[in-house]
Amino acid sequence: MVKEQNYLEKKAAYCLDLAKKLGATNSSVIVSNSITETVNFRNKKLDESNRSDNLGINITTYIDHKKSSISSSNLLDHNLKVLIEKCIETTKNTPEDEFNSLPDKKLLAKEIKDLNLFDNTHLENDKKIEYLKQLEESASYNEKIINTESSFSEDKSSFILANSIGFCEGYKSSSFTASCVAVAKEDKSMERDYEYTNKCHLEDIKSAENLGKISAELTMKKLNPQKIGSEKISIIFDKRIAKGILSTFASAISSSAVSRGTTFLKDKINDRVFSDNINVFDKPDILKGLGSKSFDLEGVKSETLDLVKQGVLKSYLVDTYNGRKLNLKSNGRCGGISNLYFDNGKVSYKDLLNSNSRALYITETIGHGSNIVTGDYSVGATGFLIENGEFKYPINEFTIAGNFKDMFQNITLANDLEFEYAINSPTMMIEGMVVAGK
Amino acid sequence: MSNFFDKSDLTRKDVNNIVSDTLKNCDDGELYLEDSKSESILLDDNTIKSSNYNSDLGFGFRAISGEIVAYSHSNEISRESLKNSSTNLKSTLKSSNGTYNCEIPKSNKKYYNDINPIDQKSLNSKIEILNKVNNFLRKKDSKVKQVTASFTGEQKSVEIIRLGGEALTDVRPLVRFNVSVMLEKNGRKETGVYGIGGRQSYDDYLKNDNWQNVCEEAFRIASVNLDSKPAPAGEMKVVLGPGWPAILIHEAIGHGLEGDFNRKKTSAFHNLMGQKVASEGVTIVDDGTLDKRRGSLTIDDEGTPTERTVLIENGILKNFMQDRLNARLMNTRSTGSGRRENYKHIVLPRMRNTMMLSGKQTQDEMIKSVDKGIFAVSFGGGQVDITSGKFVFNCTEAYEIINGKIGSPIKGATLIGDGPSILKEVSMVGNDMMLDPGIGTCGKAGQGVPVGVAQPSILIDKMTVGGTKL
Repeated sequence: MVKEQNYLEKKAAYCLDLAKKLGATNSSVIVSNSITETVNFRNKKLDESNRSDNLGINITTYIDHKKSSISSSNLLDHNLKVLIEKCIETTKNTPEDEFNSLPDKKLLAKEIKDLNLFDNTHLENDKKIEYLKQLEESASYNEKIINTESSFSEDKSSFILANSIGFCEGYKSSSFTASCVAVAKEDKSMERDYEYTNKCHLEDIKSAENLGKISAELTMKKLNPQKIGSEKISIIFDKRIAKGILSTFASAISSSAVSRGTTFLKDKINDRVFSDNINVFDKPDILKGLGSKSFDLEGVKSETLDLVKQGVLKSYLVDTYNGRKLNLKSNGRCGGISNLYFDNGKVSYKDLLNSNSRALYITETIGHGSNIVTGDYSVGATGFLIENGEFKYPINEFTIAGNFKDMFQNITLANDLEFEYAINSPTMMIEGMVVAGK
Repeated sequence: MSNFFDKSDLTRKDVNNIVSDTLKNCDDGELYLEDSKSESILLDDNTIKSSNYNSDLGFGFRAISGEIVAYSHSNEISRESLKNSSTNLKSTLKSSNGTYNCEIPKSNKKYYNDINPIDQKSLNSKIEILNKVNNFLRKKDSKVKQVTASFTGEQKSVEIIRLGGEALTDVRPLVRFNVSVMLEKNGRKETGVYGIGGRQSYDDYLKNDNWQNVCEEAFRIASVNLDSKPAPAGEMKVVLGPGWPAILIHEAIGHGLEGDFNRKKTSAFHNLMGQKVASEGVTIVDDGTLDKRRGSLTIDDEGTPTERTVLIENGILKNFMQDRLNARLMNTRSTGSGRRENYKHIVLPRMRNTMMLSGKQTQDEMIKSVDKGIFAVSFGGGQVDITSGKFVFNCTEAYEIINGKIGSPIKGATLIGDGPSILKEVSMVGNDMMLDPGIGTCGKAGQGVPVGVAQPSILIDKMTVGGTKL
């Protein structure tokens, strides 16, 4: 069983007390416990079982504007004492930084809404095995599928965040994840693809049959890919890639990147950075939402942000430290976004595919090709050639490149948004990107 | 060396009994204990942004039967916690009837010393150097707009207890010093990053004000990029510089030669043993025995001494990298390549220091032979799809080559290629093999482990460059 809240609260209180006694003018602490049980299958047989029990504590002490932190997995009082002593000593020896401080007390979350993030259901390993058997059975329906690997994971977490100005809150959450990776072979071509499902509540995950079937279908479609030449062309990003572009946008508007000047979106508030009808929201209070939270890592209340309205950038993701540097109030985004999404566009998926006589449909990208300082984007890609709205054949071993500054201005979104993950996007088309191939 | 049980309610004898009782019908397994201390001190935006210290303690208990691995880990080293893990493993492997092989190779060689790099240098002297870096770079040039510098250090003590009570131990130091600088000219911003490190004390790397050289190198890379123009797009010849660019070999070839992907037949190399997979003159080894290098290990995380494993010899595929599990199932021996990020993770066959050995040609000859192509000096991240063999790399320093001469720097170039065929496109191997500066971390299945790479300059006849200029 994951540790109860009152056990974590006691540990947190012990640390805050001790830090104060040892000379800290302020302090904050996060205590957490998570238990994850995972079963992995391979080719319809049990491959691995893994139980992981993680305790963790993270303490930050302040002496006026000096700050230092320690973390540990050993929550025994005598160990915590040694570490807090060390932390205070380090704090004394660390130079002052006038922006270091706990958040403004007025901004701390007061009412903690129940966002329905915890499902107490425990699935025994035998049941997980049953799910994976069905899943792999369903994934192996075609003889082209030569290898399947699947996994079922159940996670229960509990945490408390407390600080020396009176905040002490936390909650339990759960997560159930199933995934399947299939390998298909035909003649000399061997390809791999995957599908996964991840929800707070067990009842909401995809069925085993469905998950297995989707991963097998996606994989077989990729067989016998062709190379393409270099050209300028419209790119359609599958939802699972489009959400990655949204996540890069989130790093580019983080207050830390803005205050350091290392983002191409610095000084762009109230500028039109996207095409006209693009809206981006970050909504923390979605019930059962994978990114939902009532407060951020500093205890500051998180509320819905309209980050982009009709293409215009309205807000950065602000924490206390960088907020003070930028003269902005924290908007409860220490640790990043909650549930981030592009609002639906106006055209259907089908019309989006049909909007150009030729386009590339991207289902996977590889490489770390997003540079938020310059906005340059260049990644390896896999996908399909689309002609007149039809998927013609799979393609791979090419790159797509552009700069986010231009790419964002050329986005068209379909109206097929679904809330599957913490970050969600409809299918996305970007015109005029450069493809490099054979 | 840590004594893992002196603050617990367990004696060594109790532990041996629990281990033996859990593993007796298994083919393999062990209790892995780990005590790690780590620190990171970061200067950014003119101030010490963070100073963190972490102490982590835990065990991972593994039992293997046939192909099935059962694993359980916890932070609490106590009778109750160990017993719970044991019960969990036994319930997964209830029908196991294997034979445990107690034998494990031995070696007295050590490739680094039992030091704690964190305590060997005071916090104040680390902060002083970071401040010097900041001042040095900002004074150097008014184009410098941002400086980030950091120290990260760690000491990890591990103990592996096998059935029968045999205990194998290792103490692993690891440090890294890193500098990143951002320059701005006419509204254009570019970053340069450089770092050094390995398995010895901070001061071994910082002798003779060596931090200045690190600053100069980061600054040089950023300056080059400030003047860079868009990279070409399309298929062309590529010359890779010596040292760190070998991370391409690591991604494109190395992963495909790890035992697990080959046992599972998901690697493009699985049926190519003994066959020609590279041009003549190409020899690649994976070596855990280099003195004090980032990827070196005295023993791996299963207790096997590391070694120098020849992967490809003169173009012919000779060996895969193996941990005990995959070696047993493939009827071969462990190459000392069983590694894990920490006690929270299972062992996988992983690379250590992956090196392409020197040949006879010079870099000059290579450049001269190219009419149109690029010269890649350094890379950022890379990634590979093991199954299809496709890999990509982002160049952080690269130049165009026109008519046998190095031309302008180019920016944002991504190289994409096919792992199994790339080595057949190598037409020249340089005589200038160099090790990387000690900065690599390899990710696989969510686990990061420190690695090294090395190579001479090489000429690749055909590769796709993903630029923006058609």
